Amino acid sequence: MQRNLFLKTCFFLGVAFLYIPILVLITFSFNASDKVNVWAGFSLRWYRSLLDDPQILEAAQNSFVIAIVSATLATVLAMIASVVIVRFGPFRGRTLFTGMMSAPLIMPEVITGISLLLLFVAMQQLIGWPANRGFTTVVLAHATFCTAFAAVVLQARLRSLDSSLEEAAADLGSTPLRAFFKVTLPMMGPAMTSAWLLSFTLSLDDLVIASFTTGPNSTTLPMLIFSKVRLGVSPDVNALATLIIVGIGFAVTLSVAAARGPRENQE
Amino acid sequence: MVIGIPMLWMGLFFLIPFAVVLKISFSEAIFASPPYTSIVEYISDESRLSISLNLGNYQYLWEDELYWRAYVNSLTIAFFSTLMCLLIGFPVALFIARSSPRWRPLLHLLIIIPFWSSLLIRVYSWMGLLRKDGIINSVLGYVGLVQDPQSMLQTSFAVYIGMVYTYLPFMILPLYSVLERQDASLREAATDLGSPPLRVFRKVTLPLSVNGIIAGSMLVFIPTIGEFVIPSLLGASDNLMIGRVLWDEFFANRDWPVASAVAIVLLAVLLIPIMIFQNSQNKSMEG
Repeated sequence: MQRNLFLKTCFFLGVAFLYIPILVLITFSFNASDKVNVWAGFSLRWYRSLLDDPQILEAAQNSFVIAIVSATLATVLAMIASVVIVRFGPFRGRTLFTGMMSAPLIMPEVITGISLLLLFVAMQQLIGWPANRGFTTVVLAHATFCTAFAAVVLQARLRSLDSSLEEAAADLGSTPLRAFFKVTLPMMGPAMTSAWLLSFTLSLDDLVIASFTTGPNSTTLPMLIFSKVRLGVSPDVNALATLIIVGIGFAVTLSVAAARGPRENQE
Repeated sequence: MVIGIPMLWMGLFFLIPFAVVLKISFSEAIFASPPYTSIVEYISDESRLSISLNLGNYQYLWEDELYWRAYVNSLTIAFFSTLMCLLIGFPVALFIARSSPRWRPLLHLLIIIPFWSSLLIRVYSWMGLLRKDGIINSVLGYVGLVQDPQSMLQTSFAVYIGMVYTYLPFMILPLYSVLERQDASLREAATDLGSPPLRVFRKVTLPLSVNGIIAGSMLVFIPTIGEFVIPSLLGASDNLMIGRVLWDEFFANRDWPVASAVAIVLLAVLLIPIMIFQNSQNKSMEG
Protein backbone atom coordinates (compact mmCIF):
# COMPACT_ATOMS: atom_id res chain seq x y z
CA MET A 1 0.00 0.00 0.00
CA GLN A 2 2.85 2.30 0.92
CA ARG A 3 4.47 1.63 -2.38
CA ASN A 4 1.32 2.58 -4.25
CA LEU A 5 1.29 5.87 -2.44
CA PHE A 6 4.92 6.44 -3.46
CA LEU A 7 4.16 5.70 -7.12
CA LYS A 8 1.05 7.87 -7.01
CA THR A 9 3.03 10.79 -5.59
CA CYS A 10 5.71 10.36 -8.27
CA PHE A 11 3.07 10.27 -10.97
CA PHE A 12 1.29 13.39 -9.84
CA LEU A 13 4.53 15.29 -9.34
CA GLY A 14 5.68 14.15 -12.79
CA VAL A 15 2.48 15.25 -14.47
CA ALA A 16 2.50 18.54 -12.56
CA PHE A 17 6.07 19.13 -13.76
CA LEU A 18 5.00 18.45 -17.36
CA TYR A 19 1.89 20.62 -17.29
CA ILE A 20 2.42 23.59 -14.95
CA PRO A 21 4.77 25.59 -17.22
CA ILE A 22 2.35 25.24 -20.12
CA LEU A 23 -0.64 26.19 -17.97
CA VAL A 24 1.17 29.29 -16.74
CA LEU A 25 1.98 30.24 -20.33
CA ILE A 26 -1.65 29.78 -21.40
CA THR A 27 -2.88 31.84 -18.45
CA PHE A 28 -0.56 34.72 -19.24
CA SER A 29 -1.60 34.77 -22.89
CA PHE A 30 -4.92 36.20 -21.65
CA ASN A 31 -3.22 38.90 -19.63
CA ALA A 32 -4.31 42.47 -20.28
CA SER A 33 -0.96 43.91 -19.25
CA ASP A 34 2.02 44.03 -21.56
CA LYS A 35 4.24 43.15 -18.62
CA VAL A 36 4.70 39.40 -18.70
CA ASN A 37 4.85 38.92 -14.93
CA VAL A 38 2.00 41.11 -13.68
CA TRP A 39 -1.58 39.96 -13.99
CA ALA A 40 -3.85 42.84 -14.96
CA GLY A 41 -7.10 41.13 -15.86
CA PHE A 42 -8.47 39.02 -18.69
CA SER A 43 -8.06 40.22 -22.24
CA LEU A 44 -7.89 38.89 -25.77
CA ARG A 45 -5.75 41.77 -27.05
CA TRP A 46 -2.72 39.56 -27.81
CA TYR A 47 -4.84 37.26 -29.94
CA ARG A 48 -6.17 40.25 -31.86
CA SER A 49 -2.64 41.54 -32.39
CA LEU A 50 -1.68 38.19 -33.93
CA LEU A 51 -4.31 38.62 -36.61
CA ASP A 52 -2.89 42.02 -37.50
CA ASP A 53 0.62 40.69 -38.01
CA PRO A 54 1.13 39.77 -41.67
CA GLN A 55 4.51 38.14 -40.92
CA ILE A 56 2.93 35.67 -38.53
CA LEU A 57 0.05 34.90 -40.86
CA GLU A 58 2.42 34.26 -43.75
CA ALA A 59 4.71 32.04 -41.67
CA ALA A 60 1.70 30.12 -40.35
CA GLN A 61 0.47 29.57 -43.89
CA ASN A 62 3.91 28.34 -45.01
CA SER A 63 4.10 25.98 -42.05
CA PHE A 64 0.64 24.54 -42.63
CA VAL A 65 1.18 23.88 -46.32
CA ILE A 66 4.59 22.30 -45.67
CA ALA A 67 3.14 20.16 -42.87
CA ILE A 68 0.19 18.93 -44.95
CA VAL A 69 2.32 17.98 -47.96
CA SER A 70 5.13 16.37 -46.00
CA ALA A 71 2.77 14.44 -43.69
CA THR A 72 0.97 13.01 -46.72
CA LEU A 73 4.23 12.01 -48.40
CA ALA A 74 5.57 10.53 -45.16
CA THR A 75 2.43 8.47 -44.52
CA VAL A 76 2.48 6.94 -48.01
CA LEU A 77 6.21 6.16 -47.83
CA ALA A 78 5.92 4.76 -44.31
CA MET A 79 2.95 2.60 -45.31
CA ILE A 80 4.90 0.96 -48.14
CA ALA A 81 7.97 0.58 -45.95
CA SER A 82 5.95 -1.00 -43.13
CA VAL A 83 4.38 -3.56 -45.46
CA VAL A 84 7.86 -4.41 -46.74
CA ILE A 85 9.30 -4.77 -43.24
CA VAL A 86 6.39 -6.59 -41.60
CA ARG A 87 4.90 -8.73 -44.36
CA PHE A 88 7.87 -9.57 -46.59
CA GLY A 89 10.24 -12.20 -45.32
CA PRO A 90 13.98 -11.68 -44.99
CA PHE A 91 15.53 -10.04 -48.03
CA ARG A 92 18.93 -8.70 -48.88
CA GLY A 93 19.61 -5.39 -47.23
CA ARG A 94 16.75 -5.78 -44.73
CA THR A 95 18.94 -4.80 -41.76
CA LEU A 96 20.16 -1.72 -43.60
CA PHE A 97 16.59 -0.85 -44.53
CA THR A 98 15.15 -1.19 -41.02
CA GLY A 99 18.17 0.72 -39.71
CA MET A 100 17.53 3.56 -42.16
CA MET A 101 13.88 3.62 -41.15
CA SER A 102 14.57 4.00 -37.43
CA ALA A 103 17.79 6.03 -37.30
CA PRO A 104 16.08 9.37 -38.05
CA LEU A 105 14.07 8.90 -34.82
CA ILE A 106 17.11 9.59 -32.70
CA MET A 107 19.46 11.48 -35.01
CA PRO A 108 20.22 14.92 -33.53
CA GLU A 109 18.41 17.48 -35.61
CA VAL A 110 21.51 19.55 -36.32
CA ILE A 111 23.08 16.56 -38.07
CA THR A 112 19.98 15.78 -40.14
CA GLY A 113 19.66 19.46 -40.99
CA ILE A 114 23.21 20.10 -42.14
CA SER A 115 23.45 16.83 -44.06
CA LEU A 116 20.23 17.46 -45.99
CA LEU A 117 21.24 21.02 -46.81
CA LEU A 118 24.64 19.91 -48.11
CA LEU A 119 22.91 17.22 -50.17
CA PHE A 120 20.59 19.81 -51.74
CA VAL A 121 23.54 22.05 -52.52
CA ALA A 122 25.47 19.16 -54.07
CA MET A 123 22.43 18.09 -56.10
CA GLN A 124 21.96 21.60 -57.37
CA GLN A 125 25.56 21.67 -58.59
CA LEU A 126 25.28 18.25 -60.17
CA ILE A 127 21.85 18.20 -61.79
CA GLY A 128 20.56 21.71 -61.26
CA TRP A 129 17.65 20.58 -59.10
CA PRO A 130 16.37 21.80 -56.65
CA ALA A 131 17.14 25.15 -58.27
CA ASN A 132 16.70 27.12 -55.06
CA ARG A 133 15.96 26.28 -51.50
CA GLY A 134 12.58 26.92 -49.94
CA PHE A 135 9.27 25.15 -49.93
CA THR A 136 10.37 22.05 -51.87
CA THR A 137 13.55 21.41 -49.91
CA VAL A 138 11.81 21.79 -46.55
CA VAL A 139 9.07 19.39 -47.65
CA LEU A 140 11.63 16.80 -48.78
CA ALA A 141 13.50 17.13 -45.48
CA HIS A 142 10.37 16.94 -43.34
CA ALA A 143 8.91 14.02 -45.27
CA THR A 144 12.16 12.13 -44.64
CA PHE A 145 12.28 12.38 -40.87
CA CYS A 146 8.48 12.13 -40.50
CA THR A 147 8.55 8.85 -42.45
CA ALA A 148 10.53 7.26 -39.64
CA PHE A 149 7.99 8.35 -37.01
CA ALA A 150 4.99 7.39 -39.14
CA ALA A 151 6.55 3.97 -39.75
CA VAL A 152 6.71 3.26 -36.00
CA VAL A 153 2.94 3.81 -35.70
CA LEU A 154 2.11 1.86 -38.86
CA GLN A 155 4.42 -1.09 -38.18
CA ALA A 156 2.98 -1.57 -34.70
CA ARG A 157 -0.55 -1.66 -36.11
CA LEU A 158 0.36 -3.91 -39.04
CA ARG A 159 1.98 -6.41 -36.70
CA SER A 160 -1.16 -6.62 -34.60
CA LEU A 161 -3.35 -7.18 -37.68
CA ASP A 162 -4.27 -10.73 -38.52
CA SER A 163 -2.46 -11.64 -41.73
CA SER A 164 -4.85 -14.57 -42.27
CA LEU A 165 -7.39 -12.11 -43.71
CA GLU A 166 -4.94 -11.18 -46.44
CA GLU A 167 -4.18 -14.85 -46.97
CA ALA A 168 -7.89 -15.60 -47.26
CA ALA A 169 -8.22 -12.93 -49.94
CA ALA A 170 -5.26 -14.43 -51.77
CA ASP A 171 -6.77 -17.93 -51.53
CA LEU A 172 -9.99 -16.61 -53.01
CA GLY A 173 -8.01 -15.45 -56.02
CA SER A 174 -7.12 -11.83 -55.25
CA THR A 175 -3.86 -10.54 -56.59
CA PRO A 176 -1.55 -9.31 -53.80
CA LEU A 177 -2.17 -5.72 -54.89
CA ARG A 178 -5.94 -6.19 -54.77
CA ALA A 179 -5.73 -7.87 -51.38
CA PHE A 180 -3.69 -4.92 -50.15
CA PHE A 181 -6.18 -2.32 -51.35
CA LYS A 182 -9.32 -4.23 -50.41
CA VAL A 183 -8.25 -5.81 -47.11
CA THR A 184 -5.10 -4.34 -45.59
CA LEU A 185 -5.56 -0.68 -46.39
CA PRO A 186 -9.11 -0.33 -44.98
CA MET A 187 -8.01 -1.97 -41.74
CA MET A 188 -5.02 0.36 -41.53
CA GLY A 189 -7.15 3.49 -41.90
CA PRO A 190 -7.14 4.58 -38.25
CA ALA A 191 -3.41 3.92 -37.86
CA MET A 192 -2.75 5.92 -41.02
CA THR A 193 -4.78 8.84 -39.66
CA SER A 194 -2.75 8.69 -36.51
CA ALA A 195 0.57 8.48 -38.41
CA TRP A 196 -0.47 11.41 -40.59
CA LEU A 197 -1.38 13.55 -37.59
CA LEU A 198 1.90 12.73 -35.85
CA SER A 199 3.88 13.65 -38.98
CA PHE A 200 1.83 16.82 -39.35
CA THR A 201 2.59 18.01 -35.82
CA LEU A 202 6.27 17.06 -36.10
CA SER A 203 6.61 19.05 -39.29
CA LEU A 204 4.67 22.00 -37.88
CA ASP A 205 7.00 21.98 -34.91
CA ASP A 206 10.39 21.67 -36.46
CA LEU A 207 12.81 24.57 -36.13
CA VAL A 208 16.28 23.15 -36.72
CA ILE A 209 15.85 21.12 -39.90
CA ALA A 210 13.70 23.82 -41.50
CA SER A 211 16.26 26.51 -40.66
CA PHE A 212 18.99 24.56 -42.44
CA THR A 213 17.01 23.58 -45.51
CA THR A 214 14.87 26.63 -46.20
CA GLY A 215 15.61 29.58 -48.41
CA PRO A 216 15.04 33.32 -48.05
CA ASN A 217 11.31 33.39 -48.81
CA SER A 218 9.95 30.50 -46.79
CA THR A 219 10.10 31.42 -43.14
CA THR A 220 8.16 28.90 -41.10
CA LEU A 221 6.25 29.55 -37.89
CA PRO A 222 8.85 27.97 -35.54
CA MET A 223 11.60 30.03 -37.19
CA LEU A 224 9.60 33.20 -36.61
CA ILE A 225 8.83 32.22 -33.00
CA PHE A 226 12.48 31.40 -32.36
CA SER A 227 13.66 34.78 -33.61
CA LYS A 228 11.08 36.52 -31.39
CA VAL A 229 11.78 34.33 -28.36
CA ARG A 230 15.51 35.00 -28.52
CA LEU A 231 14.72 38.57 -27.58
CA GLY A 232 12.81 37.46 -24.49
CA VAL A 233 9.34 36.57 -23.27
CA SER A 234 6.53 38.51 -24.91
CA PRO A 235 2.76 38.26 -24.53
CA ASP A 236 1.95 37.89 -28.23
CA VAL A 237 4.23 34.84 -28.42
CA ASN A 238 2.28 33.47 -25.44
CA ALA A 239 -0.93 33.84 -27.43
CA LEU A 240 0.55 32.20 -30.52
CA ALA A 241 1.98 29.38 -28.40
CA THR A 242 -1.42 28.82 -26.78
CA LEU A 243 -3.09 28.48 -30.18
CA ILE A 244 -0.46 25.97 -31.31
CA ILE A 245 -0.77 23.93 -28.10
CA VAL A 246 -4.55 23.82 -28.30
CA GLY A 247 -4.26 22.73 -31.94
CA ILE A 248 -1.76 19.99 -31.09
CA GLY A 249 -3.81 18.82 -28.11
CA PHE A 250 -6.78 18.48 -30.44
CA ALA A 251 -4.70 16.52 -32.98
CA VAL A 252 -3.38 14.12 -30.32
CA THR A 253 -6.82 13.41 -28.92
CA LEU A 254 -8.13 12.82 -32.43
CA SER A 255 -5.24 10.52 -33.21
CA VAL A 256 -5.57 8.49 -30.01
CA ALA A 257 -9.30 8.18 -30.59
CA ALA A 258 -8.64 7.02 -34.17
CA ALA A 259 -6.11 4.44 -33.03
CA ARG A 260 -8.25 3.12 -30.20
CA GLY A 261 -11.74 3.20 -31.67
CA PRO A 262 -11.77 0.11 -33.90
CA ARG A 263 -9.82 -2.04 -31.47
CA GLU A 264 -12.40 -1.53 -28.76
CA ASN A 265 -15.18 -2.30 -31.17
CA GLN A 266 -13.58 -5.64 -31.87
CA GLU A 267 -13.42 -6.62 -28.24
CA MET B 1 8.87 -2.05 -58.00
CA VAL B 2 6.81 0.07 -55.63
CA ILE B 3 8.49 -1.46 -52.62
CA GLY B 4 11.77 0.07 -53.69
CA ILE B 5 10.48 3.64 -53.35
CA PRO B 6 10.85 4.09 -49.57
CA MET B 7 14.24 2.41 -49.74
CA LEU B 8 15.42 4.76 -52.49
CA TRP B 9 13.94 7.75 -50.69
CA MET B 10 15.58 7.03 -47.36
CA GLY B 11 18.83 6.13 -49.12
CA LEU B 12 18.84 9.38 -51.06
CA PHE B 13 17.72 11.70 -48.28
CA PHE B 14 19.14 9.98 -45.23
CA LEU B 15 22.17 7.87 -46.11
CA ILE B 16 23.83 9.71 -49.01
CA PRO B 17 23.78 13.09 -47.20
CA PHE B 18 26.25 11.70 -44.66
CA ALA B 19 28.68 10.98 -47.48
CA VAL B 20 28.24 14.56 -48.68
CA VAL B 21 28.92 15.91 -45.19
CA LEU B 22 32.01 13.73 -44.94
CA LYS B 23 33.22 15.03 -48.27
CA ILE B 24 32.72 18.68 -47.38
CA SER B 25 34.40 18.22 -44.00
CA PHE B 26 37.59 17.63 -46.01
CA SER B 27 37.31 20.81 -48.05
CA GLU B 28 38.32 24.36 -47.28
CA ALA B 29 36.11 27.33 -46.58
CA ILE B 30 36.13 30.10 -49.20
CA PHE B 31 34.07 33.20 -49.86
CA ALA B 32 31.87 31.91 -52.62
CA SER B 33 28.58 30.21 -53.20
CA PRO B 34 28.65 27.44 -52.04
CA PRO B 35 31.30 28.48 -49.50
CA TYR B 36 33.68 25.56 -49.77
CA THR B 37 36.31 24.29 -52.17
CA SER B 38 35.90 21.20 -54.26
CA ILE B 39 38.09 18.32 -53.15
CA VAL B 40 38.01 16.56 -56.50
CA GLU B 41 39.59 18.36 -59.42
CA TYR B 42 40.15 17.26 -62.97
CA ILE B 43 43.43 18.63 -64.26
CA SER B 44 42.93 18.58 -68.02
CA ASP B 45 46.47 19.18 -69.31
CA GLU B 46 47.76 16.23 -67.33
CA SER B 47 44.40 14.42 -67.76
CA ARG B 48 44.32 13.13 -64.24
CA LEU B 49 41.92 13.41 -61.34
CA SER B 50 43.31 15.19 -58.34
CA ILE B 51 41.73 14.53 -54.96
CA SER B 52 42.96 16.71 -52.16
CA LEU B 53 41.82 15.84 -48.67
CA ASN B 54 42.20 18.70 -46.30
CA LEU B 55 42.51 17.45 -42.74
CA GLY B 56 42.81 21.00 -41.47
CA ASN B 57 39.25 21.13 -40.14
CA TYR B 58 39.75 18.08 -37.97
CA GLN B 59 43.11 19.34 -36.78
CA TYR B 60 41.42 22.61 -35.90
CA LEU B 61 38.78 20.79 -33.83
CA TRP B 62 41.48 18.72 -32.16
CA GLU B 63 43.59 21.72 -31.21
CA ASP B 64 40.96 24.22 -30.18
CA GLU B 65 39.89 23.69 -26.60
CA LEU B 66 36.44 25.15 -27.26
CA TYR B 67 35.35 22.09 -29.26
CA TRP B 68 36.71 19.65 -26.72
CA ARG B 69 34.87 21.40 -23.96
CA ALA B 70 31.67 21.49 -25.99
CA TYR B 71 31.78 17.74 -26.72
CA VAL B 72 32.60 16.81 -23.11
CA ASN B 73 29.98 19.23 -21.84
CA SER B 74 27.31 17.82 -24.15
CA LEU B 75 28.10 14.24 -23.11
CA THR B 76 27.97 15.16 -19.41
CA ILE B 77 24.69 17.06 -19.70
CA ALA B 78 23.16 14.28 -21.82
CA PHE B 79 24.27 11.60 -19.36
CA PHE B 80 22.85 13.29 -16.26
CA SER B 81 19.68 14.35 -18.06
CA THR B 82 19.11 10.74 -19.11
CA LEU B 83 19.70 9.54 -15.57
CA MET B 84 17.25 12.07 -14.16
CA CYS B 85 14.65 11.16 -16.78
CA LEU B 86 15.05 7.50 -15.85
CA LEU B 87 14.74 8.15 -12.11
CA ILE B 88 11.65 10.31 -12.56
CA GLY B 89 10.19 8.37 -15.48
CA PHE B 90 10.33 4.87 -14.06
CA PRO B 91 7.95 5.37 -11.14
CA VAL B 92 5.60 7.37 -13.38
CA ALA B 93 5.54 4.61 -16.02
CA LEU B 94 5.13 1.97 -13.32
CA PHE B 95 2.19 3.82 -11.83
CA ILE B 96 0.41 4.01 -15.20
CA ALA B 97 1.13 0.35 -15.97
CA ARG B 98 -0.20 -0.78 -12.57
CA SER B 99 -3.28 1.41 -12.54
CA SER B 100 -6.67 -0.05 -13.40
CA PRO B 101 -7.28 -0.68 -17.12
CA ARG B 102 -10.13 1.80 -17.04
CA TRP B 103 -7.81 4.69 -16.16
CA ARG B 104 -4.76 3.62 -18.13
CA PRO B 105 -5.67 5.19 -21.50
CA LEU B 106 -6.32 8.57 -19.90
CA LEU B 107 -3.09 8.53 -17.86
CA HIS B 108 -1.20 7.40 -20.96
CA LEU B 109 -2.74 10.29 -22.91
CA LEU B 110 -1.49 12.72 -20.24
CA ILE B 111 2.07 11.69 -21.16
CA ILE B 112 1.50 11.56 -24.93
CA ILE B 113 0.22 15.15 -25.18
CA PRO B 114 3.52 16.73 -24.05
CA PHE B 115 5.40 14.20 -26.22
CA TRP B 116 3.64 15.64 -29.26
CA SER B 117 3.67 19.27 -28.19
CA SER B 118 6.00 21.82 -29.61
CA LEU B 119 9.51 21.55 -28.18
CA LEU B 120 10.16 25.20 -28.88
CA ILE B 121 7.06 26.32 -26.99
CA ARG B 122 7.75 24.00 -24.10
CA VAL B 123 11.25 25.42 -23.71
CA TYR B 124 9.89 28.93 -24.09
CA SER B 125 7.41 28.32 -21.26
CA TRP B 126 10.36 27.84 -18.90
CA MET B 127 11.87 31.17 -19.92
CA GLY B 128 8.90 32.88 -18.29
CA LEU B 129 9.27 30.80 -15.13
CA LEU B 130 13.03 31.12 -14.65
CA ARG B 131 13.44 34.84 -15.34
CA LYS B 132 14.66 37.16 -12.64
CA ASP B 133 11.13 38.54 -12.23
CA GLY B 134 9.57 35.23 -13.24
CA ILE B 135 6.95 33.18 -11.45
CA ILE B 136 9.36 30.98 -9.49
CA ASN B 137 11.26 33.91 -8.02
CA SER B 138 7.98 35.71 -7.24
CA VAL B 139 6.67 32.69 -5.37
CA LEU B 140 9.95 32.14 -3.52
CA GLY B 141 10.11 35.81 -2.65
CA TYR B 142 6.51 35.80 -1.43
CA VAL B 143 7.18 32.85 0.85
CA GLY B 144 10.31 34.61 2.03
CA LEU B 145 12.83 32.05 0.84
CA VAL B 146 14.61 34.44 -1.49
CA GLN B 147 15.36 38.06 -0.67
CA ASP B 148 17.55 38.87 -3.62
CA PRO B 149 16.14 37.10 -6.70
CA GLN B 150 18.59 36.10 -9.42
CA SER B 151 17.75 35.08 -12.95
CA MET B 152 17.97 31.33 -13.30
CA LEU B 153 18.23 31.61 -17.07
CA GLN B 154 21.59 31.10 -18.77
CA THR B 155 22.66 28.53 -16.19
CA SER B 156 23.36 24.80 -16.32
CA PHE B 157 20.42 24.38 -13.96
CA ALA B 158 18.09 25.85 -16.57
CA VAL B 159 19.55 23.57 -19.26
CA TYR B 160 18.97 20.48 -17.09
CA ILE B 161 15.40 21.57 -16.33
CA GLY B 162 14.78 22.10 -20.04
CA MET B 163 16.28 18.75 -21.02
CA VAL B 164 14.42 16.70 -18.41
CA TYR B 165 11.19 18.57 -19.07
CA THR B 166 11.40 18.09 -22.84
CA TYR B 167 12.64 14.50 -22.96
CA LEU B 168 10.81 12.96 -19.99
CA PRO B 169 7.93 11.65 -22.16
CA PHE B 170 10.50 9.97 -24.47
CA MET B 171 11.62 7.96 -21.43
CA ILE B 172 8.18 7.24 -19.98
CA LEU B 173 6.54 5.94 -23.16
CA PRO B 174 8.94 3.02 -23.96
CA LEU B 175 9.15 2.16 -20.23
CA TYR B 176 5.38 2.06 -20.02
CA SER B 177 5.08 -0.18 -23.06
CA VAL B 178 7.39 -2.86 -21.54
CA LEU B 179 5.91 -2.53 -18.04
CA GLU B 180 2.38 -2.84 -19.33
CA ARG B 181 3.17 -6.12 -21.08
CA GLN B 182 4.69 -7.73 -17.99
CA ASP B 183 2.86 -10.73 -16.66
CA ALA B 184 1.50 -10.02 -13.17
CA SER B 185 1.55 -13.74 -12.31
CA LEU B 186 5.37 -13.68 -12.22
CA ARG B 187 5.28 -11.10 -9.46
CA GLU B 188 2.55 -13.00 -7.64
CA ALA B 189 4.65 -16.15 -7.82
CA ALA B 190 7.64 -14.33 -6.32
CA THR B 191 5.45 -12.87 -3.57
CA ASP B 192 3.91 -16.26 -2.82
CA LEU B 193 7.39 -17.67 -2.47
CA GLY B 194 8.04 -15.11 0.23
CA SER B 195 9.84 -12.24 -1.50
CA PRO B 196 9.29 -8.80 0.02
CA PRO B 197 7.98 -6.17 -2.47
CA LEU B 198 11.31 -4.41 -2.93
CA ARG B 199 12.96 -7.69 -3.79
CA VAL B 200 10.20 -8.60 -6.24
CA PHE B 201 10.87 -5.27 -7.90
CA ARG B 202 14.62 -5.88 -8.03
CA LYS B 203 14.48 -9.50 -9.14
CA VAL B 204 11.40 -9.57 -11.39
CA THR B 205 10.14 -6.17 -12.52
CA LEU B 206 13.50 -4.51 -13.16
CA PRO B 207 15.18 -7.31 -15.16
CA LEU B 208 12.06 -7.64 -17.31
CA SER B 209 12.13 -3.95 -18.22
CA VAL B 210 15.74 -3.79 -19.41
CA ASN B 211 14.68 -3.37 -23.06
CA GLY B 212 12.47 -0.42 -22.20
CA ILE B 213 15.20 1.15 -20.10
CA ILE B 214 17.69 0.86 -22.97
CA ALA B 215 15.26 2.17 -25.58
CA GLY B 216 14.12 5.06 -23.37
CA SER B 217 17.66 5.99 -22.35
CA MET B 218 18.86 6.09 -25.94
CA LEU B 219 15.80 8.09 -27.04
CA VAL B 220 16.82 10.69 -24.46
CA PHE B 221 20.62 10.45 -24.55
CA ILE B 222 21.25 10.68 -28.30
CA PRO B 223 19.07 13.69 -29.19
CA THR B 224 20.09 15.63 -26.04
CA ILE B 225 23.77 15.47 -27.03
CA GLY B 226 23.07 17.41 -30.21
CA GLU B 227 20.27 19.55 -28.76
CA PHE B 228 20.23 23.10 -30.09
CA VAL B 229 17.06 24.85 -28.95
CA ILE B 230 17.39 24.17 -25.20
CA PRO B 231 21.01 25.31 -24.71
CA SER B 232 20.52 28.36 -26.91
CA LEU B 233 17.39 29.58 -25.13
CA LEU B 234 18.14 28.52 -21.55
CA GLY B 235 21.92 27.99 -21.42
CA ALA B 236 24.85 30.30 -20.88
CA SER B 237 27.05 31.31 -23.79
CA ASP B 238 30.23 30.25 -21.98
CA ASN B 239 28.88 26.75 -21.31
CA LEU B 240 28.44 25.60 -24.87
CA MET B 241 26.91 22.41 -26.16
CA ILE B 242 27.99 20.96 -29.46
CA GLY B 243 24.66 21.44 -31.24
CA ARG B 244 24.90 25.16 -30.69
CA VAL B 245 28.57 25.22 -31.75
CA LEU B 246 27.66 23.51 -35.02
CA TRP B 247 24.80 25.97 -35.59
CA ASP B 248 27.04 28.98 -34.96
CA GLU B 249 29.82 27.67 -37.21
CA PHE B 250 27.27 27.20 -39.93
CA PHE B 251 25.04 30.26 -39.65
CA ALA B 252 27.19 32.87 -37.89
CA ASN B 253 30.67 32.04 -39.21
CA ARG B 254 29.44 30.51 -42.47
CA ASP B 255 32.25 27.98 -42.18
CA TRP B 256 30.52 24.99 -43.74
CA PRO B 257 33.58 22.69 -43.77
CA VAL B 258 34.22 23.12 -40.03
CA ALA B 259 30.51 22.67 -39.30
CA SER B 260 30.63 19.45 -41.34
CA ALA B 261 33.66 18.23 -39.42
CA VAL B 262 31.83 18.97 -36.15
CA ALA B 263 28.87 16.92 -37.44
CA ILE B 264 31.07 13.99 -38.49
CA VAL B 265 32.83 13.86 -35.12
CA LEU B 266 29.46 14.05 -33.36
CA LEU B 267 28.17 11.21 -35.52
CA ALA B 268 31.24 9.13 -34.64
CA VAL B 269 30.63 9.78 -30.94
CA LEU B 270 27.02 8.68 -31.37
CA LEU B 271 27.74 5.56 -33.40
CA ILE B 272 27.83 3.17 -30.45
CA PRO B 273 24.71 4.55 -28.72
CA ILE B 274 22.88 4.45 -32.08
CA MET B 275 23.84 0.80 -32.56
CA ILE B 276 22.62 -0.03 -29.05
CA PHE B 277 19.33 1.67 -29.87
CA GLN B 278 18.93 -0.15 -33.20
CA ASN B 279 19.62 -3.45 -31.49
CA SER B 280 17.02 -2.88 -28.77
CA GLN B 281 14.59 -1.67 -31.44
CA ASN B 282 15.03 -4.86 -33.47
CA LYS B 283 14.62 -7.01 -30.37
CA SER B 284 11.39 -5.33 -29.32
CA MET B 285 10.03 -5.51 -32.89
CA GLU B 286 10.77 -9.21 -33.34
CA GLY B 287 9.74 -10.10 -29.80
